[in-house]
Amino acid sequence: MTEYYVCPGCALLCDDIEVEIEDGKVTKVNSACRKGVARMKGCSDPMECTVDDEKTDVDAAITKAADILREAKDPLIFGHGNSSSQAQQLSIDIAKRTGAYLDDTSSFCQGPIIEAILQDKLKTCTLDDIRHKADVIVFWGADPSNSHPRHLSRYSYFPRGNERQRGWEEDRTAIAIDIRKSDTAEICGQSNFYRIPMAADAEFMEALVSALSGKVPKTSFDFDKKKILQLANVLKKAKFGVICVGLGLVYSLDELEPLFILMDKLNEVSSFHLLPMVGQYNMRGFNQNLFDKTGYINRVKFDGEDNSVKHGADFSVIESLRNRSVDAALIIGSDPLSSLPLSVARYLAEIPLITIDPCRNLTATKSTVTIPCALSGVEAGGTAMRMDGVEVELKKVIDTDNLTDEEILRRIKEAI
Amino acid sequence: MANVMEIYQLLPKTNCKECGKSTCMAFAVDLLARKVKVDDCIPLVNEEKYKDNYEKLSEIIAPVGDVTETGLIVHDDKCIGCGNCVVACPVNVANDPQGAGSGKAPTSDKVIFKVEDGVVKARNVEECRRFGENKILCVACIDTCPTKAIEFV
Repeated sequence: MTEYYVCPGCALLCDDIEVEIEDGKVTKVNSACRKGVARMKGCSDPMECTVDDEKTDVDAAITKAADILREAKDPLIFGHGNSSSQAQQLSIDIAKRTGAYLDDTSSFCQGPIIEAILQDKLKTCTLDDIRHKADVIVFWGADPSNSHPRHLSRYSYFPRGNERQRGWEEDRTAIAIDIRKSDTAEICGQSNFYRIPMAADAEFMEALVSALSGKVPKTSFDFDKKKILQLANVLKKAKFGVICVGLGLVYSLDELEPLFILMDKLNEVSSFHLLPMVGQYNMRGFNQNLFDKTGYINRVKFDGEDNSVKHGADFSVIESLRNRSVDAALIIGSDPLSSLPLSVARYLAEIPLITIDPCRNLTATKSTVTIPCALSGVEAGGTAMRMDGVEVELKKVIDTDNLTDEEILRRIKEAI
Repeated sequence: MANVMEIYQLLPKTNCKECGKSTCMAFAVDLLARKVKVDDCIPLVNEEKYKDNYEKLSEIIAPVGDVTETGLIVHDDKCIGCGNCVVACPVNVANDPQGAGSGKAPTSDKVIFKVEDGVVKARNVEECRRFGENKILCVACIDTCPTKAIEFV
């Protein structure tokens, strides 16, 4: 019997990965895509344990990290997308105790969609439902061929499912709505690709709702009306439809209202579900964990004294850094200096900064304290939440000398 | 994918027969099928005036390690390991409906495609629908590839 592992490469958490191990290292990874293989083979540039750029042992680094967090008035704790749920829980505890700003990458990613799903404002389904039942799959502002390479082959388009025995050829229709002809659009084919201008998603939704209501769909950019009506027809006939929402759509909408209206309309005429195309493997897990504890999914500020929680855009990682309202930061499994706008992120280099990550990154080079951790999903186990909200147990593949991020956070918490 | 005329246009078109073929067109056809190499055209390699054409042609005819018997080539540098071909291939589905056909890792030894180390590898090509007496021009793996990494020659 082959032993299968879970890939922590993206939020699909593929659980059919075979690995070959030699001398305590992963040498071959089968069934995973390139992203997954690269992740599972480990860091090419591992991080060292340092305090003030000098090598030290983990105990000293943890003590220093705890000192920084204890002395800070308003620390920021950010990252979490690449940590196990257990580590995230501890991170929330530390934020509570230190009165910290707490945020994760969903703040500038799929946050609004996941929030709406957790608040039951949008109908969702699991990836397995999609495989077994979905017949119309819309990729809106999403290009899974690049972001989640196995999305189409494992769940959404190609595989045979219980109610979709003939697979993609006859039983499924994939539709791409995007501003450019992405690789996914290429697979959907010319007739199922709808190219819209930048930031026109809300207007296109409006036109689609008109078409679904039997009216003539009008757009300011003169989109072929026949084509919109054709799309409306396909959506109407769907028995189990899914809209896979990508970042392209999230960034384009100022508010989610047009999406709510479209989903309501679609569910009047047929049955449609929504799936957020979450990137990092446990971002949704963090949203869920924080939601369970505070009722918010991200962007919170704890008050150290009376344990109250404030929530809002002002408490997001971006705004708190832009307003320079934080005075220390703990970054876990993320690289904000690379991923955030430099004008905002530059401030991080001016304050005491702690990085916990398996690999060296730009943020680590500017950090006061760096603590290397085990690569979760490969060097450590734990629980993670797939993009559709299903919990998956990660399995440890190989051993490491590094502590897990969970253990590091536990010790920091105790030290505080 | 290059066609035979494109290749022919880049050859010297002198029918010099140095390659052993009777005409440049015949060479172009064999080049497309990867039976000969670009370097087999001696004037193209040696003469300065064909230098540009030689470089262009070498680009079009990507070097291929091993073409399988059905003419299937997987370009390792383009493949992203998405596994679309693994799941879409009708032979894979027939031989392994619960594994490859359902989107999971292949569980049978008789599958044609399998993703290894992030790149799809072809095996058991004798099972391919393009092989043997009753062959048909199946394109399931080519059509479903987002990066055009699979090619038949």
